[in-house]
Amino acid sequence: MITRRRLIYLLPAATMAWDFVLAGTPEASPNYAVTDHWWAMLLDITKCIGCGNCVRACATENDVPEGYFRTWVERYHVLDWPSETPIVDSPDGGKEGFPQSKNTGGKNFFVPKMCNHCSHSPCTQVCPVGATFDGPDGVVLVDEKYCLGCRYCIQACPYGCRFLHPTKHVAQKCTLCYHRITKGLTTACCENCPTGARQLADLKNPNDPIHEFLRTHAVEVLKPHLATGAKAFYNGLDGSVR
Amino acid sequence: MNRFKDSQHLLRLAGVFVAGLALFLVLRSALVPRSFGQYGHFRGDALAEIAARPINYAGQKTCEDCHSEIVELKHAGKHASVHCEACHGPQEKHTLDPSDVVPQLPDTTMLCPRCHEANLAKPAKFPQVDTKEHSSGEPCKTCHQPHSPLLMPEEKKS
Amino acid sequence: MSGVEGFMYPNEVELQWSILIVVYPYVTGLVAGAFILASLERVFHVEAVKPTYRLALLTALSFLLVAPLPLQLHLGRPERSFEMYLTPHRSSAMAMFGFVYLWYLMAVLLLEIWLDFRRDIVLLSQTTTGWKRLLYRILTLGSQNISEGALRIDDRVGYIVTIIGIPSAFLLHGYVGFIFGSIKANPWWSTPLMPVVFLFSAMVSGIAVVMLLYMLFSNLRKQPIDMPCVDTIAQYLLYAFMIDFTLEMVDLIQRIYEADDSFRSLDFMVHTRLFLSQIVLQILVGTVVPILLIGIIQLTHLRENARKAIYAISGSLTLIGIFAMRWNVVIGGQLFSKSFLGYTTYKLDLISREGLLIAIGLLILPFIILSVLTHLLPPWFKPDSQAVVAGAD
Repeated sequence: MITRRRLIYLLPAATMAWDFVLAGTPEASPNYAVTDHWWAMLLDITKCIGCGNCVRACATENDVPEGYFRTWVERYHVLDWPSETPIVDSPDGGKEGFPQSKNTGGKNFFVPKMCNHCSHSPCTQVCPVGATFDGPDGVVLVDEKYCLGCRYCIQACPYGCRFLHPTKHVAQKCTLCYHRITKGLTTACCENCPTGARQLADLKNPNDPIHEFLRTHAVEVLKPHLATGAKAFYNGLDGSVR
Repeated sequence: MNRFKDSQHLLRLAGVFVAGLALFLVLRSALVPRSFGQYGHFRGDALAEIAARPINYAGQKTCEDCHSEIVELKHAGKHASVHCEACHGPQEKHTLDPSDVVPQLPDTTMLCPRCHEANLAKPAKFPQVDTKEHSSGEPCKTCHQPHSPLLMPEEKKS
Repeated sequence: MSGVEGFMYPNEVELQWSILIVVYPYVTGLVAGAFILASLERVFHVEAVKPTYRLALLTALSFLLVAPLPLQLHLGRPERSFEMYLTPHRSSAMAMFGFVYLWYLMAVLLLEIWLDFRRDIVLLSQTTTGWKRLLYRILTLGSQNISEGALRIDDRVGYIVTIIGIPSAFLLHGYVGFIFGSIKANPWWSTPLMPVVFLFSAMVSGIAVVMLLYMLFSNLRKQPIDMPCVDTIAQYLLYAFMIDFTLEMVDLIQRIYEADDSFRSLDFMVHTRLFLSQIVLQILVGTVVPILLIGIIQLTHLRENARKAIYAISGSLTLIGIFAMRWNVVIGGQLFSKSFLGYTTYKLDLISREGLLIAIGLLILPFIILSVLTHLLPPWFKPDSQAVVAGAD
């Protein structure tokens, strides 16, 4: 019989058990509860040196096929006027760095690009079967065992961060190194960025430095007019960036 | 009744439809993955599967376990924020079997210019040189200790 | 990067949706258009087009049977396509495909064809021999009842099915327009007009194909062409064309006037990479010329042979023009970069799963199926053991 006393002992146990259920399979990521995290990324344009370490590291860590990119770096050359049409290049995604920039006036800078792990992602909205989804911890992922390869999500992404794997024939994109962050490591790109231009952030962690950063800097997301709820925050983003 | 007799063919057709629908529902219940819908409109098991993928970069904290003096040296200099594998490459396999999997030392002539070759697009305050003018092909480690670059290597100190 | 002009995001260089995704809306458009033409007689009582009623239904079926093929061939993992039936994602227009297709095939088209042809099927099951007899007997579902009462019930039910079929046909093709129109990431596609434009161009192509097929079959059977019939069909073709052209021009004019952030990039693309397919094939050859030609017939009195020639030419140009329209939407939407700073090229293979030969094959296949269907279920069949058949010519 359920007495009040028994319930007092039962409820905390039930809550812990429920957390355990929510955490997913224990053997893959022990001590990781999906509901405790809300992942984001901070990208600092003022620090990016276009070395391409992030692109190479991502490709190595995640077995990214040649010619396709889960992350890449763009170089911008912006004249003072008109600034609406910058000259942009990204040789092999910036994987081997960049050749010399031409000195023809205006300004030059690098912009690292990746999946923005949008909280209202247009890509997951259009998946016909639920193979790509917004995870409960804020990471947008692709279930490679379920994806049909219809490529609707690739069409729907405004940022060009998705591609079709040439041999697996399923959609692929940045996973925010989910296999690393669930084990307390940082993403491969952040681990290898020499200047700290890329910083993984957990918005649900009150001690995460991103909170202080967001309060003291002017920060933007890409294509805000599309209201994607992008969580890749750029510091020092110029208006000419596409 | 005449009406019934005349619409019998339609009833037969309806029967075919119902049978088809029943078959579909049975197949569906057998084929939908068990964990589908656990967290949302996707296969719940996918989260664990993705999280179980192999790791290639061990992360600086793991390097520190064995190579603490080098990390300490690094922390005292300008490369404090540069993690070990940014230059040494992925070392997860090395951490699992340190004696048998020995990483190759990177060639500083190729490695250092990747970050430090002068380029107009790099932030102006970032230390960068025209390597041809700066060292005329000499390996960078001739004058710079890679872990703390403003330190001269032992042989050079005269 | 070969074939790239300016800057494209690295993953954008390769096109994702190929010529097969051009073929698919073209085919479903023909289905919807042919069905609408059939419904003109059945629901709107336009008696003049009666001779094409059954042919229009069979044409719609032929194309509908081919419709899933380009999609299957295009999928990265076609063996998983059944997942759309298991776990359709309700927020995705594409997830609708499986159910809308099945609904339209089973509950509308096959049902209507069965109801209309049932009398002939029963008679054929009694008069033919061999495997054909078995086929017809299966199709009768065991019922040999073709009494007046039964046929009246068939007619009533068929009428209701056609009424349901009209919005169903709109849905079958309209959702394809929504698939494109709802993508905010792509300004070439993103417009609320997209489903409407798709629908009206579908009607144009469907009406044109039935008109051409009717004239072709009449020639092959050495039967006279019912001129009031084709004259009326051509009139409806003209009406549909005028609405379609107006919608497309409204979209174009608005884009040019508002000139938003994507305009310069899109404008350049239309004037260079899409000049032949859009300005020449879609607008001039595929729309303006047929409108003018059929328009001339409305305003003047031309002899029968002249009219037949004009209908044949206009019908053919229409079919080319509507294919070009699908091409411009699907391929055009992927030729420019979402950064609005560059363009890529579409490398159309000849022989591959998504190549030109397959696309041509998929466009020819419905006509092969139609010739089989018209052989099994002749639209102009007069069974010799009974009185005049209702609904055929």
